[in-house]
Amino acid sequence: MGPAARVVLAFGEAPVFAPGDQVRILTRLPVGHYRVPLYLRGKAGTVEAVIEPPGIDNEEEAYGRNAGMKRHYYRVALPMTEIWPDYVGSPRDGLRIEVFETWLERI
Amino acid sequence: MGPQEHGHDHDHPHDEIAQAGRPGYYEVMETAVRELLIEKRLIETEEIRRQVEVLDSRTPALGATVVARAWVDPAFKSRLLANGRAACEELGISFYDDTGLIVLENTGQVHNLIVCTLCSCYPRAVLGLPPDWYKLKPYRARAVIEPRAVLAEFGTVVPDDVEVRVSDSTAMVRYLVLPQRPAGTDDYTEEQLAALVTRDTMIGVAPATIRTGSTVQ
Repeated sequence: MGPAARVVLAFGEAPVFAPGDQVRILTRLPVGHYRVPLYLRGKAGTVEAVIEPPGIDNEEEAYGRNAGMKRHYYRVALPMTEIWPDYVGSPRDGLRIEVFETWLERI
Repeated sequence: MGPQEHGHDHDHPHDEIAQAGRPGYYEVMETAVRELLIEKRLIETEEIRRQVEVLDSRTPALGATVVARAWVDPAFKSRLLANGRAACEELGISFYDDTGLIVLENTGQVHNLIVCTLCSCYPRAVLGLPPDWYKLKPYRARAVIEPRAVLAEFGTVVPDDVEVRVSDSTAMVRYLVLPQRPAGTDDYTEEQLAALVTRDTMIGVAPATIRTGSTVQ
């Protein structure tokens, strides 16, 4: 076993989710600067890609509250019919959005 | 109007170019904040002027060179799709705002469209400033609710067997659509191809066609 195998990563360094994971975008209604559009809160999707490199939490940064904490954004795929039950178009149509790790839960 | 009529001895008057009306609330606030920041030496006028020059140097012509290169160079195209920013940086395009870039390839199966529902995120490093309609609420809302209707209003009717994929840009990443290379362009040079690539083709509201660009000699 090489020395690299013993390296311990800090919290947030390694992505929590992987491509293919089923996730739900959290339903939270905090007041202030938030990067998750309302129309997607509570919707379920699939992680398509981990976006590298990890980024700072923009929502905390907006208020000057940042201790250098970084986490990953994920490119999440959602069918349009999951977002809009009466969607007009092909059932294969979809949406992609990047969502910060703190806004996702595994389902 | 014929070309001679405005082609063009100045023997007729034009309206003076002047600011009409009083500045609005946000204009006044922007001026006040800017003057305060300068007065407190937090930023300098030179920095503002320089940033305007940075933005002025970014136009859809830059994005068009990226697309044309991807059309003629398969190795570049795969690097571009793997890491949009790094591939653009190869061509000397810097990402002054430290955003990432995901390049979305249109194919016979998938038509990509980009939007920023929250504000006006746009691949400015590669395309410059967004068009006004991109920043207005009707486009921002409708692009995710009824993208096919929006595309049709731009003259782009996407067949039902082609997936419409809308990318909503919110934070660190910007998107650029790689349109399909038009048929009948096999003998075009890279420069001639770039002339076919307009801003709208890279937002995804229109396909690149032989007609969209300037005339090819």
